[in-house]
Amino acid sequence: MKQKTLFTGKILILFTALICLLAISMFLSVTFGAKHVDLRSVLAAFKIGSGDPYEVSVVSARVPRTAFGIIAGAALALSGALMQALTRNPIADPSILGVNTGASFFVVCGISFLHISTNSQYIWLAFIGASLTAVCVYGLASIGGGGATAIKLALAGAAASTALQSLVNTVMLPNNQVMDSFRFWQTGNIGGATWSDIISLAPFLIIGFICCIFLAPSLNALALGDDVATGLGLNVKLIRLVSAFAGVLLCASTTALAGPIGFIGLMIPHFVRLITGPDMRLVLPLSALGGAGLLVFADVLGRVLGSPSELEVGIVTALLGAPVFVFIVRKVKVSAL
Amino acid sequence: MNEHVIKTENLKAGYDGRIIIDDLNITIPDGKVSVILGANGCGKSTLLKTCARLLKPEGGSVLLDGKELSKYPSKALARTLGLLPQSPTVPDGIRVTDLVSRGRFPYQKIMQGMSDADFKAVSEALSIMGIESLADKCVDELSGGQRQRVWIALALAQETDILFLDEPTTYLDIAYQIEILELLVELNRKKKTTIVMVLHDINEAARYADHIFAMKNGKLVAEGAPKDILTEDLINEIYGMRCKVIEDPVYGTPYIIPIGKQAEQR
Repeated sequence: MKQKTLFTGKILILFTALICLLAISMFLSVTFGAKHVDLRSVLAAFKIGSGDPYEVSVVSARVPRTAFGIIAGAALALSGALMQALTRNPIADPSILGVNTGASFFVVCGISFLHISTNSQYIWLAFIGASLTAVCVYGLASIGGGGATAIKLALAGAAASTALQSLVNTVMLPNNQVMDSFRFWQTGNIGGATWSDIISLAPFLIIGFICCIFLAPSLNALALGDDVATGLGLNVKLIRLVSAFAGVLLCASTTALAGPIGFIGLMIPHFVRLITGPDMRLVLPLSALGGAGLLVFADVLGRVLGSPSELEVGIVTALLGAPVFVFIVRKVKVSAL
Repeated sequence: MNEHVIKTENLKAGYDGRIIIDDLNITIPDGKVSVILGANGCGKSTLLKTCARLLKPEGGSVLLDGKELSKYPSKALARTLGLLPQSPTVPDGIRVTDLVSRGRFPYQKIMQGMSDADFKAVSEALSIMGIESLADKCVDELSGGQRQRVWIALALAQETDILFLDEPTTYLDIAYQIEILELLVELNRKKKTTIVMVLHDINEAARYADHIFAMKNGKLVAEGAPKDILTEDLINEIYGMRCKVIEDPVYGTPYIIPIGKQAEQR
């Protein structure tokens, strides 16, 4: 047998395409916006040549937004890939399972009742809310015969999501101040990110990313069923726990800062798997790359579509993601029959 | 191949606290093909699963070379003791080589690709099972018999001295059943792999087993070579069915002819 590397032709093409998507999106993200700027100013913002100081400052302000878009997109895509592997269910995703909404609910409650205001406080609440929702939704979907099937998970997630969303509204609506500051946040928006925000989230995200690196081979074993995985020497319970922890951590930390951004975690891993097959050692890194590219791209698209104002990135990803969701559900149903 | 002894001591086993096997003491013969026989619900799968550490004993112990299974690090154990459960999951769109390569999991470290030993074990497993030509195919596209060969190849790539199989021939048509069983016997003869499996077909067990464990209601009723233990009385005792035992005209092993009520009306 020939020694094959993981990077065969098709995968190399995908890798290149995703890198290009990310590079183009990053470029557009610092260039495009409500204020039109010169290409010279863009370069000047990165210390190449000089430009109009005002335009340079506009561009500089777009840099942390772009950086956060990259990190958040990668985190959401990884979170989706982990949840799909964990539940052996192609429909699992932080937004569909209601995990994002759970995180937002806890953050909104924290703002309203506990008067918290810093991102490092948000993230703990987001994490608790996301974990509780994940446990509840999975528990709800497991009731009855057949375990947590794709359709039952989607239904339980939709129910939890709707219920939590109305609770979010209940808490927010009577409170003008909370509503003003978090109206945009709740639709998913990466525009407000600053460097200090990103730094405060970094430890959580890094833990999540490191978990992914270590989990990939184990998730490959887990995909063969609990019995085979046990036979291969995998500690199934531990791996499930760590994957769930990492998946929830990754989506909760982005949600804490950006609000719930849906469908990235659903679309990207699904798309990547179509090309790479089910090897998690490929699916995870390529999903991270794709998620970063898509989120930054969706953010730019929101600025173009919403011009002269902006459309929140969460709305754009939902517009892109809803048809993909329908497509996947149909496919799952057909193959299950 | 190294010699290994698996034995159970006063084993109690079952699911969720419900005891199915009570106080069982057996020693699995090393380097032989053993088959566990018994009626539905007699605990044969439970016994297999407990010996293969899928189930924790509710009491007593399963010992590998004198040490309890749970005392071994799980990856180290997976290098000695392999298993093929009844309904493994095929990941969507996985290729044969990729699936078989996953049998190397207990040998691999984090952040390391396949070593030369890994490639060698995988290609050997494919060749023993005669599925080299399927290496680049998607597992979803294969027939039931081919698919079962792929799963056994995964267990072979794991390079264990002991292999447990839970009904490896269920859902296969008769030609595939014989093919799979012959492959397993060949594996046993070539590599001295200890094989333990649950089978439903008594005649297949009689033909391919060196040693049979006959169980009823969670207890061992008889054990030994098929020729020595497969009698009309034993079959009646474990299955509650009358039968006639003749000699298999081809293999010379015992052959069971079941006798139902219709027989008396003739």
